[in-house]
Amino acid sequence: MLSTAYTRRSFLSQGITLASASVAVPYFIQRTAFGLPHAEHGMTAIPGVDQDRVLVVIQLGGGNDGLNNVIPFGESAYYKARPAIGIREDKVVKLGQAAVGLHPSLAPIADMYNQGQVSIVQGVGYPNPNRSHFKSMDIWHTADTSATGDGWIGRYFDSECVGFGKSESGKGDGAAVKDANPQAGIAIGREAPLAMRGRMVSPLSFESADLFRWNGQDVDKTLEAYYKRIAEAGIAPVEGGASLGNSNSAFLTRTALDAQVSSATIRRAVAQKGAVAYPNSDLSRQLQMVSAMINAKLSTRVYYVSMGGFDTHAGQGGENGRHANLLGQFAQAVKAFYADLKAQRNDGRVLTMSFSEFGRRVGQNASGGTDHGTAGPMMLFGPMVNPGVMNAHPSMRDLDQGDLKFTVDFRSVYAGVLGSWLSADSEKILEGRYELAPVLKKI
Amino acid sequence: MDSMDIAPNSNSPAAAKPIASGRPAGKAAANRPGAINSSTSALAAKDFGFEEARHLLWRAGFGGSAEQVQLLVRWGPEKSVDALLDFEKTPFTPVTEKDFDKDIMRPYTSEERQMQRTAAGSRDENTLAELRLRRQNAEQLDREQMRDVQRWWLKRMIESPRPLEEKLTLFWHGHFATNYRTIEDSYHMFRQNSLLRKHAAGNFGELLHEIIRDPAMLAYLNNNQSRKGKPNENLAREIMELFSLGVGQYSEADIKEGARALTGYSFKDDDFSFERGNHDTGSKRILGASGSLDGDGFVRVILANPACARFIATKLYKFFAHDYPSGDARLDAAAATVIRDMESGLSGGRFAIKPVLRRLFLSQHFYDNAIRGEQIKSPVQLVVGAMRSLNTPARDLSLLNDAMNMMGQSIFFPPSVKGWDGGRSWINTSTMFIRQNTLVFLLTGKRPQGTDALAGKEQLDTAKLITNLTDAFPGTSATSTSAMLDALLRFTLGRTNPGGRGELERLVAARGDKFDHDTMIDLLMLITAMPEYQLT
Repeated sequence: MLSTAYTRRSFLSQGITLASASVAVPYFIQRTAFGLPHAEHGMTAIPGVDQDRVLVVIQLGGGNDGLNNVIPFGESAYYKARPAIGIREDKVVKLGQAAVGLHPSLAPIADMYNQGQVSIVQGVGYPNPNRSHFKSMDIWHTADTSATGDGWIGRYFDSECVGFGKSESGKGDGAAVKDANPQAGIAIGREAPLAMRGRMVSPLSFESADLFRWNGQDVDKTLEAYYKRIAEAGIAPVEGGASLGNSNSAFLTRTALDAQVSSATIRRAVAQKGAVAYPNSDLSRQLQMVSAMINAKLSTRVYYVSMGGFDTHAGQGGENGRHANLLGQFAQAVKAFYADLKAQRNDGRVLTMSFSEFGRRVGQNASGGTDHGTAGPMMLFGPMVNPGVMNAHPSMRDLDQGDLKFTVDFRSVYAGVLGSWLSADSEKILEGRYELAPVLKKI
Repeated sequence: MDSMDIAPNSNSPAAAKPIASGRPAGKAAANRPGAINSSTSALAAKDFGFEEARHLLWRAGFGGSAEQVQLLVRWGPEKSVDALLDFEKTPFTPVTEKDFDKDIMRPYTSEERQMQRTAAGSRDENTLAELRLRRQNAEQLDREQMRDVQRWWLKRMIESPRPLEEKLTLFWHGHFATNYRTIEDSYHMFRQNSLLRKHAAGNFGELLHEIIRDPAMLAYLNNNQSRKGKPNENLAREIMELFSLGVGQYSEADIKEGARALTGYSFKDDDFSFERGNHDTGSKRILGASGSLDGDGFVRVILANPACARFIATKLYKFFAHDYPSGDARLDAAAATVIRDMESGLSGGRFAIKPVLRRLFLSQHFYDNAIRGEQIKSPVQLVVGAMRSLNTPARDLSLLNDAMNMMGQSIFFPPSVKGWDGGRSWINTSTMFIRQNTLVFLLTGKRPQGTDALAGKEQLDTAKLITNLTDAFPGTSATSTSAMLDALLRFTLGRTNPGGRGELERLVAARGDKFDHDTMIDLLMLITAMPEYQLT
């Protein structure tokens, strides 16, 4: 028991304690195989799956109209509610014998579906749905209907690092706080999403690798060498200052060094082009970077990417138009991502999950669009997912004031991913017992 | 950008008082090695030199130019602290109600409410959709006003000749944390900010009585939904746990009873409204006191509890002096002494803030090496401090707010009711680059992508900086690299010997030992990229 707990924690806490050091030793020098995962830090074995498992989260921001993603084409209520924007049955991409099919722009996902690499969970939401972008997104990020606390992925990192679970006044299990792996989580974007922020750990976040470095050298190229040597020099001890090992100075020195190393590692990683051509969209660019970092064997466990624009109140379009374009970008990016992963033989260890902060109302509005709604589908991708459509579409007749009623709590899906894929204690992390959605295929 | 309005007497010599005051430059060991000064007695005037004045200005404000630091040196500690604390004596733009639009998120009129009821009853989807759309438009407009308010406050922090007023407002904002994301009413956030500023260096007791009437706080902690028979415990809990007493100083029963006392404390539109019908007038027992306590009664009981003075004293110490506990036993012992002193100052002085801060800012402990240069700058301190001390051009306030957001501190958006954790939580590998790059932006106008349009026109006046430095440190001249670097480092870092000093010397040598504009900018970029620059 004890040894499993130790190994699970230690992949994230490969730091050193400096209390006894007389000089701040650069953190990266202490790590025996920087950037490479350690065999003993693997997770509980899943037959046939590499221990270096990775989770990729794709956030679709704005409230993706799930009803036009995964379409209950057999329901007349659908067409009655959506005379202009409903997708005609002959345009819907069928998924075998399933009662639902995909929007035509999601055809690339249907291709993956036909290869058993897509799992679709319908009607995902939570009780007392909140239709505010900010609040509902915070709810999904914190896995808490009061939207308080740290991010769910952050808490996963915390629990691996010091045994914390949730809660702002959470206490560790008494294990010494170690420096967390600064690369445990990577988010592409301007700021780290709340979902990734825990008590002990912050993810790396950057929009592009170019931006994850010091800009001064762009003003004057000759400064780069000086800058590097300054970072390596560290902070000199000050007479009468706090004891060095523990001080803010030592911490800053370590972080500055980590930043240099991370920056170099990541930029080197993403400089490698993928094995396939990616389409030209922002999400594709982000996933291409993720694939490159996975291929470079960074010790990163969770990647977070996102795409916005789904708040289609007006002029949403049907099989063509605004929403269709967004779906096309999403589907093509995911397909290219998995083609790239497969070519580099990494696909088996990457589980991808997509979500949006809410779906949209059943009826189209007076502007050819849809307003904020409630439940919607989540999709999981990868060769190891439990393939197919997991459950029935929520009722099109028994609505909650024109909105779909949720049938699966999103925390069940989180629990499935945490428990089955990341081999973590989902109950502790989510601070609640949720039925683990069966996200992985049974071997 | 003029701060510290009192103009220096231009007839007197630039430095009437020897700056070094007998101490070696840099962080001198004022004490026996190993000992930390825990004395709350005032620092002797003769010991108040450039380093001390600089430390004071960075802590009791957001730093300042070499000229401003020199002014404080000339004034001496007492006059300096008085000038910083009694800021009401320094004129500045007043804040008025009309500064922002209070009607963007106004409540529905009775006609609109009727329209809503009718449409809901008759399932008139079109009208409902229309009302929803209006709401969404208002929310959009309100988000824009919130950004305006953010820019307005940032500008105030940068320009105010009363920096401690803004710094204390920031302190109270982190203390009585309220997040726009939850309440979605920018005018209420602005009002709360004004309330905090009004009482910034006033009386904590008064402020606590006021905060239970503040619409933003009431909405944030759902007290407007709290009613007799169904009290909402959120405000009662947080007011004790986070705002006044601290964890473990009250019981669950106190929360329940406190929640009853606060029933009826609500707001209508932009003003406090006591909903008599919702208020539970029954007898309550809170923190050992009994009676038909209302919200103010609850606050009085809290203020009378010894844990309150201790909690507030600790928070003030942590914000202005040092993290506590720090993990360093000697420092913690000294800090505990000082905090106890502050605590009795608060409880003896009925929670007046000024005398307590005055004592702290004058104390020998405050100037100890263990305190100086040991605080990690918050994003606001970093950005505002850089602008005030280096006199950087004004630059794009939206970009700066964005940058601070990426650094983890978006003003008006504290991550939770606990405010910002501060300290090391500001620093990780991502924020290191953002912090450094934001300084590059301030110094040169170089944006993450591209360059500021005005970069060429608005340049940092490096010649003036050099003049200020030579004034502040006699013996400094551009002909001595070593002396000039000493001066520059004492001013920017508070020490002459950062780990990267050798690289700076190498750079100047490579530039022919000239301190021209480009070299100065390069030096400043390197200095502000040093880990030492993250400290204050």
